[in-house]
Amino acid sequence: MNMRRLYLLSGLLAGIALATFAYKSLVLGFPLLPDARSEYWNLEVSVDFTPGDEPVQVSLQIPESSSRFAVMDENFISRGYGLMTRRTDSGRQAVWSSRMDEGEKTLYYRARIRRLPAGGVGAQPPAPEVGVPEPDEVSGPLADAVIEEVRARSADTESLTRELIAQLHRSQPDENVALLLGEAPTGLRAMSVAARLLVRAGIPARVVHGIRLQEQRQLLAPVHWLEVLIEDRWWSFMGAAGESLPDEFFPWWRGDQPPVRFRGVTSQSYHFAISRSAEMAVTAAIEGGRIRHPLLAEFSLFRLPLETQAIYQILLMVPLGVLLLVIMRNVIGVKTFGTFMPVLIALAFRETQLLWGIVLFCIVVGMGLAVRLYLERLKLLMVPRLASVLIVVILLMAVLSLLSHRMGLERGLSVALFPMVILAMTIERMSIVWEERGAAEAFRQGMGSLFVAVLAYGVMTRETLEHLVFVFPELLLLVLAATLLLGRYTGYRLLELYRFRVLARE
Amino acid sequence: MIRLARGLAAAGVLGLNRRNAQYTLALNPRHLYPLVDDKLRTKQLAARAGIAVPELYGVIEIERQVRDVHALMAPHSEFVVKPAQGSGGDGILVISGRSGDCYRKVDGELISRSDLEHHVSGILSGMYSLGGQPDRALFEYRVQFAPVFEAISYRGVPDIRIIVFLGVPVMSMVRLPTRASGGKANLHQGAIGAGIDIATGTTVNAVRANSQIGRHPDTGNPLTSIVIPGWESLLMLASSCHALSGLGYQGVDIVLDRDKGPLILELNARPGLNIQIANGDGLLRRLRRVERDGRDLASPAARVQFAREHFAAVVPSVI
Repeated sequence: MNMRRLYLLSGLLAGIALATFAYKSLVLGFPLLPDARSEYWNLEVSVDFTPGDEPVQVSLQIPESSSRFAVMDENFISRGYGLMTRRTDSGRQAVWSSRMDEGEKTLYYRARIRRLPAGGVGAQPPAPEVGVPEPDEVSGPLADAVIEEVRARSADTESLTRELIAQLHRSQPDENVALLLGEAPTGLRAMSVAARLLVRAGIPARVVHGIRLQEQRQLLAPVHWLEVLIEDRWWSFMGAAGESLPDEFFPWWRGDQPPVRFRGVTSQSYHFAISRSAEMAVTAAIEGGRIRHPLLAEFSLFRLPLETQAIYQILLMVPLGVLLLVIMRNVIGVKTFGTFMPVLIALAFRETQLLWGIVLFCIVVGMGLAVRLYLERLKLLMVPRLASVLIVVILLMAVLSLLSHRMGLERGLSVALFPMVILAMTIERMSIVWEERGAAEAFRQGMGSLFVAVLAYGVMTRETLEHLVFVFPELLLLVLAATLLLGRYTGYRLLELYRFRVLARE
Repeated sequence: MIRLARGLAAAGVLGLNRRNAQYTLALNPRHLYPLVDDKLRTKQLAARAGIAVPELYGVIEIERQVRDVHALMAPHSEFVVKPAQGSGGDGILVISGRSGDCYRKVDGELISRSDLEHHVSGILSGMYSLGGQPDRALFEYRVQFAPVFEAISYRGVPDIRIIVFLGVPVMSMVRLPTRASGGKANLHQGAIGAGIDIATGTTVNAVRANSQIGRHPDTGNPLTSIVIPGWESLLMLASSCHALSGLGYQGVDIVLDRDKGPLILELNARPGLNIQIANGDGLLRRLRRVERDGRDLASPAARVQFAREHFAAVVPSVI
């Protein structure tokens, strides 16, 4: 028997898998668990305006990557407009322009922001002095007086800044400060004045406009804080007390400019929106991690484009689902329709969510089965019959999507993600089993398939496992080794114990 | 649960995994499967080797020939239509006579000429074949059942399944149709499986849906102690199928014809395991016995002798 060869091969595969895994995790420090702190956010700015008679130009401040945040997958939606991005004193800018346009227009800017887990929160390494205002001479004496007063009450640049901010935020500011702030000062105005005063005092400072990364805020307003260069690092001061910046604040642009500037338009507005995008958390953990080894990093899946990564994140989970399927079929003895159908259904469940997935699956298969059993009476030839079932399945899916959409259940739309050919084959096989072995058996096998699909879904959506196989794809060799060994498992299946129980002897 | 597994191991029960890994995969080369999966090839092979099979009246291979079926069958008042690659008895149509332009099915129902043509077309399109691939329709002699099982079968075709391992018949049962099985001899459809003592050719034990029964549910007659006539010749026939197909582990299905004696219906490269329940005994010990002592038996006669000596029923009939 070639059992020895099988053991050798499995052992070899498992050895390679475990050795690479150990090296990567212990020596290279690849993270074993996804980092909960790292996150992805989807950012969207929509700019609405009505063009006037003149050429239109819209410039939008757009964010750029820093040591704390990475900006990626930028996307500009601007049909019919010329687009250019450029660097200005206030950071990056996107400029849309068009000679002629009419009617209401909406331009979009979309980007994905990743919060990097590493790096200090309080300070940043020196960056170009973007957004530092020019010292202005107009209110010179007034400004000098305020600076002198604050300087007298502080020990160093940091305490000076805090003191200044406190002065500017007082509800009853003293005369000089009130004159500087003007009437009905806003938080933005206060920060802007603070920056100018500091610059005048010879301390590089700037106003930062950013947003708070918070779940599901449809319309959010930018927040403003102050950045001051102290000992070659930019420090952030926020609010009336000049607190340091919590790390969920994402800096967007710097300086006194508004986020969007329009030219040649008659009406205008803009909105910011942000939403959490959790699916890429694993990537974030890795890139923020400590993968420095050039060779292995080169061969890491993280070198792939993001969309491809997302695909592999799902694909790499399939072997785990398949291993589970092998165990369920060959060790437990559960009967399923089609060899890999439960795994494919489980993949669809990932998109539809479990409960909805089961409901939609039952509805499609149930109705498809009814149609198929009716077709049986027409005595159709096999290929046209299968094709008819497939057409019916697709129509059913379309009808389900339409109905659920009308009822406002957007989840129902995800039925389209079901592998329809697999569903058609399932219905076909189920109806054959129904005819040959009766409804009970068809039902039993259908339930078996669904049961395995749910289990596979459970395994394939474990975040920890997902992270592990993506960071350590070599672990799949271990799965392969286990599957090979199961290929020569000759013991009883669990359900056979029940089937043959009358034969058991003491 | 572990005790149950031990109990089954002690009884030598063969599980599906072991059957596949150690017997069908190891001893039945894949290239031989078409010989047994295609009943036409099995039949031709058997006829050449002088092994008794139901006589072949004709074959319809392409759609164009379907209309010729009436001319083809004109000389025969009774015949059976079956798909060459069918499984589980599906697509088999038994014609027992004519009435004008119509054909009469065994249950008395009349079908028109176009009904028959449609059925043949269905077979050709692969409606009943294993993978749905295009198939051929066989027309053959309708077996006149020997009266031995008449009292214990409800319509349909009682057939005898013999597991032949390396040419040695190791276990056997007869499958008896019931009303619940719709006249089909499929155990999972509710047919009765009655174990046959290899040594004597007597039914010893009967089960239906995994539980033992003493009498046929439709006819009320006892199922055990039925003696199959010419048992030795059945065993010889089964044993000779080893050389015929080349399969090391196979199920041989035999029917008893009133006039022509035992005829091979089909061979099966993946015979089911329910035969163990029907016999109240496991297969594994018998298979091991053959592996140990029965490998070098040259002739079918010697192998049958070996089987009758060693595989006498251990469980007396339980009623």
